[in-house]
This record gives sequence, structure tokens and C-alpha cells, in this order.
Amino acid sequence: MIRIEPRNAPSRALTLGIPVLSALIALALAAVPLMFAGANVATAYGEMFRGVFGSTFAFTEMLTRATPLIFTGLAAALAFRARLWNIGAEGQLYLGAMAAVAVGAGFLDVPAIVLVPTIILCGCAAGAAGMVASTALKTRFGADEVVTTLLLNFIILIFLQYMLEGPLQDPMGLGWPQSAPILDQGMLPPLMERMRVHSGLFIALFCAVVAQFMLTRSVWGFKLRAVGENAAAARHAGIPVNRTMMSVAIVSGALAGMAGVSEVAGLKGYLTADLSPGFGYTGIVVAMLAGLSPVGVVISALFIASVFVGADSMSRAMGVSSYLADLVVAMSLLCVLIGGFFARFRIARVASGKGEGA
Amino acid sequence: MTQTIVLSLKGLSKRFGSVVANDDVSLDLHQGEVLALLGENGAGKTTLMNMLFGHYLPDSGAIDVRNEIGAIEPLTLGHPQAALSAGIGMVHQHFTLAENLNALDNIVLGSEPLWRLRRDSAMARSKIEKIMSDTGLQVALDVPVGRLSVGERQRVEILKALYRDVRILVLDEPTAVLTPQEADTLFENIGAMTKRGLSVIFISHKLREVLAFSHRIAVLRHGVKVGEIATKDADERSIARMMVGADTPETQREDMTPGAPIMTLENVSVTGRSKRDSLTNVSFQVARHEILGVAGVSGNGQSALAGLISGLNIPSNGVFRIDGEAIAHGNPSAMIKAGVGRIPEDRHHDGIVGSMSVAENMVIERLNDPEVQSGGILKREAIAENAARLTEAYDVRGPGVSARARLLSGGNIQKLILARVFEQSPKLILANQPTRGLDMGAAAEVARRLLEARKQGAGVVLISEDLDELLGLSDRIMVIHDGELIEAFTRDREEIGLMMAGEYE
Repeated sequence: MIRIEPRNAPSRALTLGIPVLSALIALALAAVPLMFAGANVATAYGEMFRGVFGSTFAFTEMLTRATPLIFTGLAAALAFRARLWNIGAEGQLYLGAMAAVAVGAGFLDVPAIVLVPTIILCGCAAGAAGMVASTALKTRFGADEVVTTLLLNFIILIFLQYMLEGPLQDPMGLGWPQSAPILDQGMLPPLMERMRVHSGLFIALFCAVVAQFMLTRSVWGFKLRAVGENAAAARHAGIPVNRTMMSVAIVSGALAGMAGVSEVAGLKGYLTADLSPGFGYTGIVVAMLAGLSPVGVVISALFIASVFVGADSMSRAMGVSSYLADLVVAMSLLCVLIGGFFARFRIARVASGKGEGA
Repeated sequence: MTQTIVLSLKGLSKRFGSVVANDDVSLDLHQGEVLALLGENGAGKTTLMNMLFGHYLPDSGAIDVRNEIGAIEPLTLGHPQAALSAGIGMVHQHFTLAENLNALDNIVLGSEPLWRLRRDSAMARSKIEKIMSDTGLQVALDVPVGRLSVGERQRVEILKALYRDVRILVLDEPTAVLTPQEADTLFENIGAMTKRGLSVIFISHKLREVLAFSHRIAVLRHGVKVGEIATKDADERSIARMMVGADTPETQREDMTPGAPIMTLENVSVTGRSKRDSLTNVSFQVARHEILGVAGVSGNGQSALAGLISGLNIPSNGVFRIDGEAIAHGNPSAMIKAGVGRIPEDRHHDGIVGSMSVAENMVIERLNDPEVQSGGILKREAIAENAARLTEAYDVRGPGVSARARLLSGGNIQKLILARVFEQSPKLILANQPTRGLDMGAAAEVARRLLEARKQGAGVVLISEDLDELLGLSDRIMVIHDGELIEAFTRDREEIGLMMAGEYE
């Protein structure tokens, strides 16, 4: 007979080992469709590896891809730690991006030292506003934030399309639905010559370190964790649950908004409706894979970015579909979720007693 | 009383990992007797009964049951169905009734084959009515169970077992939810049942009722049967010693003159979601150096009163003062600031954040204290030192101050909460069911701390369902019934019991 027993506390080895193992299992499982596609698995994964680590360009491309994922991953991780289910990072990202082009594409013509912080601030504020709206509906009326944040994404996308064909449209853009470019002095400086990787990466890493510190060492982080782990006890202990939720919403929305700023002002320079290939949603996977740890978010964002960038290059070299990347990412998430079960429970074999069947 | 053995547990042992839940427990039950199974929480009573019912498979040992025709047969272990067909029934502490069905349906439910299209409810009814008249367990059969009182629901549970022709009935803490009068009625009914040959195992930790109603007492301690004694030869002290393994410290309660009022309620009402958590026009006060006991059957407004003092509820009308200051928009942190120490009823749910550390839980109520943080950054060393000092002073035992609080046992979680509350030298203490589920040692510690706080000048509101505890600790007793509080100017159990049932002039 087999019985499932809860573990007292998940061991350190398990918390670290499960995500790594999940990633490996996901890669192994993805080999099956690869084989069906007629590709040699070893060559395919070799291509994938080379596509990430094969050249400086490849590696910086991966870092470029990881940057928004770190922001949206942090946005999800912090909110989820407080049991505030922010599924709206995608929308908040676009709010941030819209705010960035609104102030950065000629509205303010000031030196970089003023313009860059202003763009960042406005982008963060816009992202935060999106999340605050959903959270207010939750704390005031008890509306489920999963629903409101998710649905707000679609509203924001439609709003974005309106803005790109209306107020934010580039007058020089020949009617394309895209915004005017951000002024040169408003762009986040690139990190390397002729490479796309930009200083948004440093901001992301800085945010991760600060988030980690705040979560574990600050009173704010203490309140956030208490509210997330046991809201009833937190309320009883005098922690203002709604106010804490609201502060988490602001930070989470701001981080998601920053992802949009970083993409627009760091990479593209102008805003289109396909700025994000689902960074907001992938951020949820990043956060889950990281076990909701801010520092872990950096590592899992790098992993997922590697899978995407590697799969692109594999698809170019071998002619297999790059949808494989989505497959690997989805399967690592499933493996982590299943692994999370094993971190909390152990499976014990129960010896059959002699009394049985007597 | 005949001496026919109807059930014998022979050398039952059960271990969970390294924990020995039952070690070689042997126990005989005679026909027509009430055997009280006593023991502290975690002594192994529940494990033993779960083995009897086939929920757990014993590691070793056997169970013999006398069948209808009087032959002793071994019971198939590990199969609940076998226990049921051997005529063993159990009434759990938490009822398992469908509230939207009437009593008749609840009793019959599960005893008829699924595929039968229509059922013979006339036959079922006449069988139940016969049982009711034989035992005195009267219940309205056609009323939805949701509308019955707790005592009536319990009768439905017992009838459910009797309807299945049990010869052995196990009652798990049956009086926990009853008023003293309801409990007396229950014991009368049990008496009537045992006269008809039913044997009863009665699990309890209330020594008084065990002494009054059982024939024999078996005591478990740390999974071992430490004693078995005929009730007529036992007294409270000797059984308590058996249960704990040592003399329990007597709580020393000195006489004390109450000081100035610390909490005053004038016509305070609290509107809760239902009548169960509302208060209606309550007026009373608590003085310094005074323990006010609040007696009552659970669900009569205790949670509303506790919520009010904890700051979770705000009064809908009336004046609520703490130390002279009117509290209009109370919230938990305002109450903490006003010097109110709160020991919540559900210590796991409201008392601690289980996945945070013991040290963090010890400072969770004073996150603004400069000793705990400066500039919003936690002082981790000070928090650890505080925890080390308090775990020592309050004897909180567990895997360490940085371990998750949920790894502590119930008693140690309560000590953690006591440490957190009493360290702040509160002026007023709300102790809501502070000893529920605790072993005697931990319960005595809670009582000692409450009396100590009273001596230091705190006023204490002690809400409890255990009348003995209230009588032992309180200076004054008030009875809560249906959201109203009445002062009981008596210490007579009988009279207080009547007030708890709402029967007073």
C-alpha cells in the first residue's frame, strides 16, 4: 500500500533541486516531438545550446530577452507571495510602454539625466495604476483579482490599438499603427557596441536584489509574507491587510510597467502592438519556476530566455518549429508544479500487516 | 451488570514513523458497561479507536468481538466495513450529518442499498420510534437537521448508530458541545441504553463527568495503558495523576480586591453575519486585578465579544471604553496599542503565521517597535535574541527559533502566544478558549500566567466552554446566551447551566 504523507518542511536541496530537475525533465520530454519532427535530438539541442552560448551576440540576445522577463517575473513573484494573483502583467507592461512613449517621444525635450528617470517613473506609475485598479476592486468589493487583472489585459490591448492609431500614432509613420520614436536622449544606454543588450538589464538585476532584500529583511516584506501566508493571523496581529495588499499591488504593477519601459526605451525605441510576445504571462512561469524568490527569478528568467532564443536558432538551423520553446517552457512549469507536490509531501510505502485479509 | 466480555483489544501497537502512538494496549469491554477512556491530547485515544474501526491497521495485536449469537470472533483489521458489521458504532465529536435532510433521512442514509428505487420509510420510522422510546433519545424526525440544536443533532448521531443495531458504541468527547443539563440528559439516555445490553466506550478528558457516569476507567498516557480502575474506587486526584504521570500543580488563586475598571461596555451591540456572531445591548465592566469568566455554549456570541475586544469587530452602537478611552473605530493594532493582549480561540488560524519562523511570530504584533526595526528594516539579531529569551522564559519547546512556527505542538504554539502577549504587560487580556486542546501541564501554565497577570494588575476576560476552568479561575462569571450577557451571581453549576441554556428569570 502506498500512502502520501506531508513533509514537515521542504528541505533546501528539494527547493533548489526541483526547479533544476523540472527543467531537465522538460527538455527530455521535448525530445519526443523533436524526434517526430525528424530531427536528430542531439544535434537539435546542440544547435539550441550554440544559439545561446555560441557567440557573444547569441549570449547578449539571450540577456536582452531575459530582461523583461526578470521584471514581469518579479512582478508576479512579489504579488503571489502576498497571495495577490496578478495575472495582468501583460496589460501593465503595455501601460508602462504607453506612458514611456507618451512622455519620451518628444512631449518632453529635456536632457537625458531628467528624461530617462521621468520616462521610468511615468512607466512605473502607469503599470502600478493598472494593478491598483484591480486591487481596489478586490479590497472594496471582493472582486476576484484573477478575473479583473486578466480581463484588464484585453481592455488595455484594445486601448493600445486605439492609441497607436490615434493620439500616440507617429505622424511620420506613413499610417502604420506605431508610436513616434523615443528621443535619443530618452533611451536607456546600450551596454555593448553593436549589441542589443541595454542597461535595462542592470535595472532588472538591481530590482531583483532590492526585492530580495525587502522581502526578507524589511518590515514591509514581513507584512507582505504574513498577509500572504495567513491573512487572518496577520489581521489579528494588527497588520493592515488591505493596505499591505495595496502596497504590493503598486510595486508589482510598477515592475510590470518597467518591463514595458525597458522594452520600448531600451530595445525597440518605439511602441507597436506586438511589443511583447507575452512577457507578462511568461513572467508568471518565471516566478513559479523560481519558487517566488526574487533572486530565483533572475535565474529562471535566464533559463526561459535561453530556451526561447535557443529554440529560435535551432528552428533556423534545422527547420523545426520554434514552437518547441513554448513546449519546453510549458512542460517545465508543469514539472515544477508536480515537483512542488513532492516537496510538500512524501510518498511512503506502508507495509501490509499480517492482520489483513484474515 | 453482567461480566460478559463483548470486545477485547489484545496488545494493539501502532507507530507512525518514530512516534509510538499505541504500545501494546489491551482492553476489555463488558456487556452493558460504560468504559471511560481517559487521556491527554496525544495520549493515543484516537489512534486506538481508529484501529478499532479499521481506519488504521495495527502494527501488531488483535481485536476480538462477540457476535450476535454470543461467540467470540476475531475482527478483520483495517476494514471499516468489518467493524460496522460486527456491531461497532461511533459518534464523532464533529457531527457528520446532512443539514438539509431531516433526522429520519439522516439516520437511514447509507444503510439502504443504492439501487433500491423506493424505500420503506414506514418501517424505518417505526424502528427508529421504538429505539427512541426505549432509550429516551427523543428527536423530531421530520425537521431538517440544520434547524435542530447541537444536543438534538448529537441524538440523531447516536440514533444513526443504534439504527444499525450496534452493540458497542464509541462516543468521542460527547459533552464538549453540550450544556451541563444536556449532558445530564445524554448520560441518562446512555444509562437506559446500557440497561438494554449496549456497551459504551466514552472518550473524555473531563474528570468530573467520567467519575459521575462511567463504570470503569482506563487511562492512556503516551500510547500506553497506564491504569484501569473501577470508577467507585477512583477519585479526581488519582486519575489526574495517572493521566499526567505526576501530580498536577494546583492553581493558587489568591483573593484580590478589584481595582479601577479597565474595560467598560455600555449597551454595546455588534452586528455580525449571523445571530451566532452578534452581540445585543451588552453592558458590563472588567476591573484591574479581576478575571471575568464568560460561560456559554459555543456559538452564542462569544466570537463577537472576542472580535470586539481583539479589534476585529467594531461596535454598531453603544460605548466601548478601554481604560477610560472610548474606542469607536477599533482595529487590532489600535487595541494592541491600547494595551490589550489577545489570546485567540483558534491559535493555528489566528494566532500564528505557520510558515513564518517562531522568532518572527514573536514580534508580529509590534512591528513598529524600535526594538524590532529601524527605518523599516528588521533588526534580525534583536528579533532572534528576543525569541531566544522568550522561548527560555516561557518554556517554548520546538526545533528552534528559526524553525517554522507550525512545527510546534499545540501547547507550544500557545506558549509562544502567551510569551508574545504577556511580555507587553497588557492592561487587559482577552483569553478565548485558552486551554482548549492543551494537555494538563500546558493548561496549568496558561492558568498560572493568567493569575500572574491578574496579580500584576491586568483585567482578564476569560471565555471558556469549560465550566470547571471558569469556576476555578474567575472572580466573576457572566453567561453569554444568544448574544446577550447576564451576570451570574452564583457559582452553582446547575444554575449557570440553566442560564447557558437561556432558562432564567
